[in-house]
Amino acid sequence: MQQEVVLAMLAKEPSQGYQLRARLDRALGPLGEAMNDGQVYVTLGRLEKAGFITRRVAAGTSTDRKLYELTPAGQERVTEWLSEVSWPKPDLAEFHLKLIAAAQAGLADPIGIVDMQRRELLRRLREVERAAMAESEHSDAGLLLEGIVLRLQADLRWLEACERVWTEWRSKS
Amino acid sequence: MNEPEKVLVRAQGLRKEYGRQGGLVRAVNSVDLEVARGEALAIMGPSGCGKSTLLHLIGGLDRPSAGELWLAGRRIDRLSERELAGLRRHEVGFVFQAYHLMDELTAQENVELPALLAGRSPGEARRRARQLLDQVGLAERADHLPSALSGGQRQRVAIARALANEPQLVLADEPTGNLDSAATLEVLRLFEALHAAGLTLVIVTHDERIAATADRLISMRDGTFVDETHLAGGTRGNLVDLAGLGSE
Repeated sequence: MQQEVVLAMLAKEPSQGYQLRARLDRALGPLGEAMNDGQVYVTLGRLEKAGFITRRVAAGTSTDRKLYELTPAGQERVTEWLSEVSWPKPDLAEFHLKLIAAAQAGLADPIGIVDMQRRELLRRLREVERAAMAESEHSDAGLLLEGIVLRLQADLRWLEACERVWTEWRSKS
Repeated sequence: MNEPEKVLVRAQGLRKEYGRQGGLVRAVNSVDLEVARGEALAIMGPSGCGKSTLLHLIGGLDRPSAGELWLAGRRIDRLSERELAGLRRHEVGFVFQAYHLMDELTAQENVELPALLAGRSPGEARRRARQLLDQVGLAERADHLPSALSGGQRQRVAIARALANEPQLVLADEPTGNLDSAATLEVLRLFEALHAAGLTLVIVTHDERIAATADRLISMRDGTFVDETHLAGGTRGNLVDLAGLGSE
Protein backbone atom coordinates (compact mmCIF):
# COMPACT_ATOMS: atom_id res chain seq x y z
CA MET A 1 0.00 0.00 0.00
CA GLN A 2 1.16 3.51 -0.81
CA GLN A 3 2.42 5.63 2.09
CA GLU A 4 0.35 8.46 0.65
CA VAL A 5 -2.85 6.61 1.54
CA VAL A 6 -2.05 6.83 5.25
CA LEU A 7 -0.86 10.38 4.80
CA ALA A 8 -4.07 11.45 3.07
CA MET A 9 -6.21 9.83 5.76
CA LEU A 10 -4.48 12.04 8.31
CA ALA A 11 -5.62 15.10 6.36
CA LYS A 12 -9.09 14.78 7.92
CA GLU A 13 -7.80 15.31 11.47
CA PRO A 14 -4.86 14.39 13.71
CA SER A 15 -5.38 10.75 14.62
CA GLN A 16 -3.98 7.82 16.53
CA GLY A 17 -2.72 4.74 14.75
CA TYR A 18 -5.65 2.55 15.73
CA GLN A 19 -8.11 5.17 14.47
CA LEU A 20 -6.46 5.15 11.05
CA ARG A 21 -6.51 1.38 11.06
CA ALA A 22 -10.26 1.39 11.85
CA ARG A 23 -10.97 3.81 9.00
CA LEU A 24 -8.95 1.69 6.60
CA ASP A 25 -10.87 -1.38 7.75
CA ARG A 26 -14.18 0.32 7.03
CA ALA A 27 -13.05 1.35 3.57
CA LEU A 28 -11.58 -2.04 2.70
CA GLY A 29 -14.04 -4.46 4.32
CA PRO A 30 -12.83 -8.05 3.91
CA LEU A 31 -9.60 -6.77 2.35
CA GLY A 32 -8.75 -4.89 5.53
CA GLU A 33 -8.69 -8.11 7.54
CA ALA A 34 -5.80 -9.38 5.49
CA MET A 35 -3.80 -6.22 6.09
CA ASN A 36 -0.91 -6.63 8.47
CA ASP A 37 -1.53 -4.90 11.81
CA GLY A 38 1.95 -3.43 11.92
CA GLN A 39 1.69 -2.01 8.40
CA VAL A 40 0.03 1.22 9.49
CA TYR A 41 2.61 1.80 12.22
CA VAL A 42 5.55 1.03 9.95
CA THR A 43 4.15 3.49 7.42
CA LEU A 44 3.63 6.14 10.10
CA GLY A 45 7.27 5.69 11.14
CA ARG A 46 8.48 6.21 7.58
CA LEU A 47 6.29 9.26 7.08
CA GLU A 48 7.62 10.77 10.29
CA LYS A 49 11.19 10.18 9.21
CA ALA A 50 10.44 11.84 5.87
CA GLY A 51 9.12 14.90 7.69
CA PHE A 52 5.55 14.54 6.40
CA ILE A 53 4.00 14.01 9.83
CA THR A 54 4.80 14.80 13.45
CA ARG A 55 3.93 12.85 16.53
CA ARG A 56 2.80 14.22 19.82
CA VAL A 57 1.30 12.71 22.93
CA ALA A 58 -2.39 13.43 23.23
CA ALA A 59 -3.09 15.75 26.15
CA GLY A 60 -4.22 14.07 29.36
CA THR A 61 -3.43 10.55 28.24
CA SER A 62 -0.72 8.01 28.88
CA THR A 63 2.44 8.08 26.77
CA ASP A 64 1.32 5.41 24.33
CA ARG A 65 -1.51 7.61 23.04
CA LYS A 66 0.42 9.05 20.16
CA LEU A 67 -1.36 11.51 17.96
CA TYR A 68 -0.08 11.93 14.43
CA GLU A 69 -0.58 15.07 12.41
CA LEU A 70 0.42 16.42 9.02
CA THR A 71 3.31 18.88 8.65
CA PRO A 72 3.08 21.57 5.92
CA ALA A 73 5.30 19.33 3.77
CA GLY A 74 2.88 16.46 4.37
CA GLN A 75 -0.06 18.67 3.48
CA GLU A 76 1.68 19.58 0.24
CA ARG A 77 2.47 15.95 -0.57
CA VAL A 78 -1.21 14.98 -0.11
CA THR A 79 -2.37 17.70 -2.48
CA GLU A 80 0.21 16.60 -5.03
CA TRP A 81 -0.76 12.92 -4.65
CA LEU A 82 -4.48 13.65 -5.13
CA SER A 83 -3.72 15.27 -8.47
CA GLU A 84 -1.50 12.44 -9.73
CA VAL A 85 -2.93 10.18 -12.43
CA SER A 86 -0.98 7.02 -11.71
CA TRP A 87 -2.86 3.80 -12.43
CA PRO A 88 -1.94 0.14 -11.92
CA LYS A 89 -0.26 -1.35 -14.97
CA PRO A 90 -2.17 -4.11 -16.73
CA ASP A 91 1.02 -6.02 -17.59
CA LEU A 92 -0.36 -8.24 -20.35
CA ALA A 93 2.77 -8.45 -22.48
CA GLU A 94 4.20 -11.40 -20.58
CA PHE A 95 1.17 -13.56 -21.23
CA HIS A 96 0.98 -12.44 -24.86
CA LEU A 97 4.63 -13.37 -25.41
CA LYS A 98 4.15 -16.67 -23.60
CA LEU A 99 1.53 -17.66 -26.17
CA ILE A 100 3.72 -16.60 -29.07
CA ALA A 101 6.80 -18.36 -27.72
CA ALA A 102 4.85 -21.55 -26.98
CA ALA A 103 3.35 -21.59 -30.46
CA GLN A 104 6.59 -20.80 -32.29
CA ALA A 105 8.64 -23.38 -30.42
CA GLY A 106 5.85 -25.96 -30.61
CA LEU A 107 6.33 -26.46 -26.87
CA ALA A 108 2.73 -26.12 -25.78
CA ASP A 109 -0.69 -25.51 -27.25
CA PRO A 110 -1.52 -21.80 -26.88
CA ILE A 111 -5.21 -22.66 -26.51
CA GLY A 112 -4.35 -24.94 -23.61
CA ILE A 113 -2.46 -22.10 -21.96
CA VAL A 114 -5.43 -19.78 -22.49
CA ASP A 115 -7.81 -22.36 -20.98
CA MET A 116 -5.59 -22.79 -17.94
CA GLN A 117 -5.39 -19.05 -17.45
CA ARG A 118 -9.14 -18.68 -17.82
CA ARG A 119 -9.74 -21.23 -15.06
CA GLU A 120 -7.38 -19.37 -12.79
CA LEU A 121 -9.11 -16.02 -13.47
CA LEU A 122 -12.54 -17.58 -12.93
CA ARG A 123 -11.40 -18.91 -9.56
CA ARG A 124 -10.20 -15.43 -8.63
CA LEU A 125 -13.45 -13.93 -9.86
CA ARG A 126 -15.32 -16.46 -7.73
CA GLU A 127 -13.41 -15.39 -4.67
CA VAL A 128 -14.10 -11.71 -5.28
CA GLU A 129 -17.79 -12.35 -6.04
CA ARG A 130 -18.15 -14.27 -2.79
CA ALA A 131 -16.62 -11.37 -0.90
CA ALA A 132 -18.87 -8.89 -2.78
CA MET A 133 -22.01 -10.92 -2.03
CA ALA A 134 -21.14 -10.88 1.65
CA GLU A 135 -20.90 -7.07 1.76
CA SER A 136 -23.93 -5.01 2.72
CA GLU A 137 -25.47 -2.97 -0.07
CA HIS A 138 -23.87 0.37 0.67
CA SER A 139 -20.46 -0.62 1.96
CA ASP A 140 -17.40 1.28 0.73
CA ALA A 141 -15.62 -2.03 0.23
CA GLY A 142 -18.39 -3.15 -2.14
CA LEU A 143 -17.30 -0.51 -4.61
CA LEU A 144 -13.69 -1.65 -4.45
CA LEU A 145 -14.75 -5.26 -4.99
CA GLU A 146 -16.88 -4.19 -7.97
CA GLY A 147 -13.77 -2.62 -9.47
CA ILE A 148 -11.84 -5.86 -9.08
CA VAL A 149 -14.71 -7.80 -10.65
CA LEU A 150 -14.84 -5.49 -13.65
CA ARG A 151 -11.08 -5.75 -14.23
CA LEU A 152 -11.17 -9.52 -14.05
CA GLN A 153 -14.05 -9.48 -16.54
CA ALA A 154 -11.97 -7.35 -18.89
CA ASP A 155 -9.09 -9.84 -18.59
CA LEU A 156 -11.46 -12.74 -19.28
CA ARG A 157 -12.71 -10.97 -22.41
CA TRP A 158 -9.16 -10.53 -23.60
CA LEU A 159 -8.60 -14.26 -23.07
CA GLU A 160 -11.65 -14.86 -25.28
CA ALA A 161 -9.99 -12.79 -27.98
CA CYS A 162 -6.74 -14.75 -27.47
CA GLU A 163 -8.65 -18.00 -27.85
CA ARG A 164 -10.35 -16.82 -31.02
CA VAL A 165 -7.14 -15.69 -32.69
CA TRP A 166 -5.09 -18.72 -31.68
CA THR A 167 -7.88 -21.08 -32.78
CA GLU A 168 -7.70 -19.47 -36.22
CA TRP A 169 -3.93 -19.83 -36.15
CA ARG A 170 -4.19 -23.53 -35.24
CA SER A 171 -6.66 -24.24 -38.01
CA LYS A 172 -4.30 -22.61 -40.54
CA SER A 173 -1.08 -24.29 -39.41
CA MET B 1 -29.29 -42.96 -2.53
CA ASN B 2 -30.54 -44.34 -5.80
CA GLU B 3 -30.07 -42.42 -9.00
CA PRO B 4 -33.22 -40.26 -9.24
CA GLU B 5 -32.48 -38.94 -5.78
CA LYS B 6 -28.95 -37.89 -6.65
CA VAL B 7 -29.24 -36.96 -10.31
CA LEU B 8 -31.97 -34.53 -11.22
CA VAL B 9 -31.27 -34.12 -14.94
CA ARG B 10 -29.75 -36.73 -17.18
CA ALA B 11 -29.28 -36.42 -20.93
CA GLN B 12 -27.80 -39.04 -23.20
CA GLY B 13 -26.90 -38.48 -26.82
CA LEU B 14 -29.23 -35.50 -26.84
CA ARG B 15 -29.66 -33.89 -30.26
CA LYS B 16 -31.68 -31.08 -31.72
CA GLU B 17 -31.64 -30.45 -35.44
CA TYR B 18 -33.27 -27.77 -37.50
CA GLY B 19 -33.86 -27.77 -41.28
CA ARG B 20 -33.12 -30.78 -43.44
CA GLN B 21 -30.44 -32.28 -45.67
CA GLY B 22 -28.16 -29.53 -47.03
CA GLY B 23 -29.52 -26.92 -44.64
CA LEU B 24 -29.37 -29.15 -41.59
CA VAL B 25 -28.21 -27.37 -38.45
CA ARG B 26 -27.32 -29.43 -35.40
CA ALA B 27 -28.01 -26.91 -32.65
CA VAL B 28 -27.36 -29.56 -29.99
CA ASN B 29 -25.14 -32.39 -31.12
CA SER B 30 -24.91 -35.57 -29.02
CA VAL B 31 -24.79 -34.02 -25.59
CA ASP B 32 -24.38 -36.17 -22.48
CA LEU B 33 -25.11 -34.39 -19.25
CA GLU B 34 -25.82 -35.11 -15.62
CA VAL B 35 -26.90 -32.43 -13.18
CA ALA B 36 -26.85 -33.42 -9.54
CA ARG B 37 -29.62 -32.35 -7.20
CA GLY B 38 -28.66 -29.10 -5.53
CA GLU B 39 -25.98 -28.31 -8.08
CA ALA B 40 -25.50 -24.89 -9.67
CA LEU B 41 -24.34 -25.45 -13.23
CA ALA B 42 -23.37 -22.71 -15.68
CA ILE B 43 -23.15 -23.31 -19.41
CA MET B 44 -21.16 -20.76 -21.39
CA GLY B 45 -20.42 -20.35 -25.03
CA PRO B 46 -20.68 -17.91 -27.94
CA SER B 47 -24.05 -16.95 -29.42
CA GLY B 48 -25.40 -19.75 -31.56
CA CYS B 49 -23.45 -22.50 -29.78
CA GLY B 50 -26.69 -24.24 -28.84
CA LYS B 51 -26.75 -23.45 -25.15
CA SER B 52 -30.22 -21.88 -25.14
CA THR B 53 -31.60 -24.73 -27.24
CA LEU B 54 -30.18 -27.19 -24.73
CA LEU B 55 -31.85 -25.28 -21.90
CA HIS B 56 -35.18 -25.35 -23.75
CA LEU B 57 -34.88 -29.10 -24.22
CA ILE B 58 -34.17 -29.68 -20.53
CA GLY B 59 -37.16 -27.54 -19.55
CA GLY B 60 -39.57 -29.14 -21.98
CA LEU B 61 -39.99 -25.96 -24.04
CA ASP B 62 -38.76 -27.88 -27.05
CA ARG B 63 -38.35 -31.52 -28.02
CA PRO B 64 -35.11 -33.27 -28.90
CA SER B 65 -34.61 -34.78 -32.37
CA ALA B 66 -32.83 -37.75 -30.80
CA GLY B 67 -31.44 -38.95 -27.53
CA GLU B 68 -32.82 -39.55 -24.08
CA LEU B 69 -33.69 -37.00 -21.43
CA TRP B 70 -34.60 -37.70 -17.83
CA LEU B 71 -35.86 -35.41 -15.10
CA ALA B 72 -35.95 -36.78 -11.54
CA GLY B 73 -35.83 -40.31 -12.87
CA ARG B 74 -38.67 -39.80 -15.32
CA ARG B 75 -38.06 -39.97 -19.03
CA ILE B 76 -39.34 -36.75 -20.58
CA ASP B 77 -38.18 -36.74 -24.22
CA ARG B 78 -41.30 -38.58 -25.34
CA LEU B 79 -43.97 -36.86 -23.29
CA SER B 80 -47.18 -35.65 -24.94
CA GLU B 81 -47.78 -31.89 -25.29
CA ARG B 82 -50.13 -32.04 -22.32
CA GLU B 83 -47.62 -33.83 -20.16
CA LEU B 84 -44.90 -31.37 -21.19
CA ALA B 85 -47.12 -28.45 -20.24
CA GLY B 86 -47.63 -30.04 -16.83
CA LEU B 87 -43.90 -30.52 -16.45
CA ARG B 88 -43.19 -26.88 -17.28
CA ARG B 89 -45.80 -25.80 -14.79
CA HIS B 90 -44.83 -27.97 -11.84
CA GLU B 91 -41.28 -29.22 -12.13
CA VAL B 92 -39.36 -26.38 -13.72
CA GLY B 93 -39.05 -22.64 -13.23
CA PHE B 94 -37.77 -20.39 -16.02
CA VAL B 95 -35.90 -17.10 -15.85
CA PHE B 96 -35.23 -15.17 -19.07
CA GLN B 97 -32.96 -12.32 -20.07
CA ALA B 98 -35.87 -10.00 -20.89
CA TYR B 99 -37.82 -10.98 -17.72
CA HIS B 100 -41.02 -11.83 -19.71
CA LEU B 101 -43.27 -10.26 -17.08
CA MET B 102 -46.83 -9.30 -17.94
CA ASP B 103 -46.73 -5.51 -18.23
CA GLU B 104 -50.31 -4.94 -17.16
CA LEU B 105 -50.04 -7.05 -14.00
CA THR B 106 -48.42 -5.95 -10.73
CA ALA B 107 -45.36 -7.72 -9.36
CA GLN B 108 -47.64 -9.60 -6.97
CA GLU B 109 -50.02 -10.69 -9.76
CA ASN B 110 -47.15 -11.78 -11.97
CA VAL B 111 -45.89 -14.08 -9.23
CA GLU B 112 -49.41 -15.37 -8.45
CA LEU B 113 -50.15 -16.30 -12.05
CA PRO B 114 -48.23 -19.60 -12.34
CA ALA B 115 -49.74 -20.82 -9.06
CA LEU B 116 -53.26 -19.98 -10.28
CA LEU B 117 -52.59 -21.72 -13.61
CA ALA B 118 -51.41 -24.76 -11.68
CA GLY B 119 -54.80 -24.88 -9.96
CA ARG B 120 -54.01 -23.40 -6.58
CA SER B 121 -56.64 -21.37 -4.80
CA PRO B 122 -56.46 -17.57 -5.11
CA GLY B 123 -55.78 -17.25 -1.40
CA GLU B 124 -52.97 -19.77 -1.52
CA ALA B 125 -51.46 -18.15 -4.62
CA ARG B 126 -51.57 -14.75 -2.94
CA ARG B 127 -49.88 -16.01 0.22
CA ARG B 128 -47.19 -17.80 -1.73
CA ALA B 129 -46.53 -14.75 -3.94
CA ARG B 130 -46.24 -12.46 -0.95
CA GLN B 131 -43.80 -14.81 0.70
CA LEU B 132 -41.70 -15.08 -2.47
CA LEU B 133 -41.59 -11.33 -3.05
CA ASP B 134 -40.44 -10.96 0.51
CA GLN B 135 -37.75 -13.56 -0.12
CA VAL B 136 -36.41 -11.61 -3.12
CA GLY B 137 -36.49 -8.37 -1.12
CA LEU B 138 -39.40 -6.77 -2.96
CA ALA B 139 -42.27 -7.04 -0.47
CA GLU B 140 -42.68 -3.27 -0.58
CA ARG B 141 -42.92 -3.21 -4.37
CA ALA B 142 -45.60 -5.90 -4.62
CA ASP B 143 -48.19 -3.48 -6.03
CA HIS B 144 -45.89 -1.91 -8.61
CA LEU B 145 -46.23 -2.57 -12.30
CA PRO B 146 -43.07 -3.87 -13.97
CA SER B 147 -42.64 -0.49 -15.71
CA ALA B 148 -42.16 1.11 -12.28
CA LEU B 149 -39.34 -1.29 -11.37
CA SER B 150 -35.65 -1.25 -12.23
CA GLY B 151 -34.16 -4.00 -14.38
CA GLY B 152 -32.70 -5.74 -11.37
CA GLN B 153 -36.03 -5.59 -9.55
CA ARG B 154 -37.90 -6.95 -12.57
CA GLN B 155 -35.54 -9.87 -12.75
CA ARG B 156 -36.06 -10.56 -9.07
CA VAL B 157 -39.83 -10.60 -9.65
CA ALA B 158 -39.22 -13.02 -12.52
CA ILE B 159 -37.16 -15.24 -10.21
CA ALA B 160 -39.95 -15.15 -7.60
CA ARG B 161 -42.40 -16.14 -10.34
CA ALA B 162 -40.13 -19.02 -11.37
CA LEU B 163 -40.38 -20.32 -7.81
CA ALA B 164 -44.17 -20.01 -7.52
CA ASN B 165 -44.88 -23.73 -7.89
CA GLU B 166 -41.88 -24.92 -5.91
CA PRO B 167 -39.99 -26.36 -8.87
CA GLN B 168 -37.16 -28.87 -8.45
CA LEU B 169 -35.16 -27.10 -11.09
CA VAL B 170 -34.69 -23.48 -12.14
CA LEU B 171 -33.44 -22.82 -15.66
CA ALA B 172 -32.11 -19.35 -16.45
CA ASP B 173 -31.21 -18.01 -19.88
CA GLU B 174 -28.86 -14.99 -19.67
CA PRO B 175 -30.51 -13.77 -16.46
CA THR B 176 -28.07 -10.87 -16.09
CA GLY B 177 -27.83 -10.04 -19.80
CA ASN B 178 -29.76 -6.78 -19.42
CA LEU B 179 -28.43 -5.78 -16.01
CA ASP B 180 -25.73 -3.40 -14.85
CA SER B 181 -23.02 -4.39 -12.44
CA ALA B 182 -24.92 -3.61 -9.22
CA ALA B 183 -28.13 -5.32 -10.36
CA THR B 184 -26.08 -8.33 -11.46
CA LEU B 185 -24.78 -8.62 -7.92
CA GLU B 186 -28.38 -8.61 -6.58
CA VAL B 187 -29.28 -11.49 -8.86
CA LEU B 188 -26.09 -13.37 -7.97
CA ARG B 189 -26.95 -12.99 -4.29
CA LEU B 190 -30.41 -14.34 -4.89
CA PHE B 191 -29.19 -17.36 -6.86
CA GLU B 192 -26.64 -18.00 -4.16
CA ALA B 193 -29.39 -18.03 -1.51
CA LEU B 194 -31.52 -20.40 -3.60
CA HIS B 195 -28.52 -22.63 -4.18
CA ALA B 196 -27.78 -22.67 -0.45
CA ALA B 197 -31.43 -23.66 0.14
CA GLY B 198 -30.87 -26.74 -2.04
CA LEU B 199 -32.42 -25.68 -5.34
CA THR B 200 -30.88 -27.02 -8.56
CA LEU B 201 -29.87 -24.31 -11.02
CA VAL B 202 -28.86 -24.53 -14.66
CA ILE B 203 -27.81 -21.16 -16.03
CA VAL B 204 -26.91 -20.39 -19.61
CA THR B 205 -24.83 -17.22 -19.83
CA HIS B 206 -22.20 -15.01 -21.37
CA ASP B 207 -21.57 -13.47 -17.99
CA GLU B 208 -18.35 -14.67 -16.39
CA ARG B 209 -19.64 -13.44 -13.04
CA ILE B 210 -22.42 -16.04 -12.92
CA ALA B 211 -20.12 -18.68 -14.34
CA ALA B 212 -17.60 -17.99 -11.60
CA THR B 213 -20.16 -18.44 -8.83
CA ALA B 214 -21.51 -21.78 -10.12
CA ASP B 215 -20.24 -25.13 -8.84
CA ARG B 216 -19.43 -26.31 -12.32
CA LEU B 217 -18.92 -24.60 -15.63
CA ILE B 218 -19.38 -26.23 -19.02
CA SER B 219 -18.16 -24.55 -22.20
CA MET B 220 -20.14 -25.23 -25.33
CA ARG B 221 -19.17 -24.74 -29.00
CA ASP B 222 -21.07 -25.76 -32.11
CA GLY B 223 -23.62 -27.82 -30.22
CA THR B 224 -21.21 -29.86 -28.09
CA PHE B 225 -19.41 -29.58 -24.77
CA VAL B 226 -15.74 -28.70 -25.18
CA ASP B 227 -14.59 -28.04 -21.63
CA GLU B 228 -15.68 -28.60 -18.06
CA THR B 229 -14.38 -26.82 -14.98
CA HIS B 230 -15.15 -27.44 -11.33
CA LEU B 231 -14.82 -24.13 -9.60
CA ALA B 232 -15.77 -25.02 -6.05
CA GLY B 233 -12.83 -24.79 -3.68
CA GLY B 234 -10.36 -22.92 -5.84
CA THR B 235 -7.84 -20.31 -4.88
CA ARG B 236 -7.99 -18.48 -1.60
CA GLY B 237 -6.32 -15.37 -0.35
CA ASN B 238 -5.90 -13.60 -3.66
CA LEU B 239 -8.12 -10.70 -2.72
CA VAL B 240 -5.37 -8.56 -1.28
CA ASP B 241 -3.13 -8.93 -4.32
CA LEU B 242 -6.05 -8.35 -6.68
CA ALA B 243 -6.85 -5.08 -4.96
CA GLY B 244 -3.24 -3.95 -5.14
CA LEU B 245 -2.86 -4.03 -1.37
CA GLY B 246 0.07 -6.44 -1.20
CA SER B 247 2.91 -5.13 0.97
CA GLU B 248 5.85 -3.70 -0.95
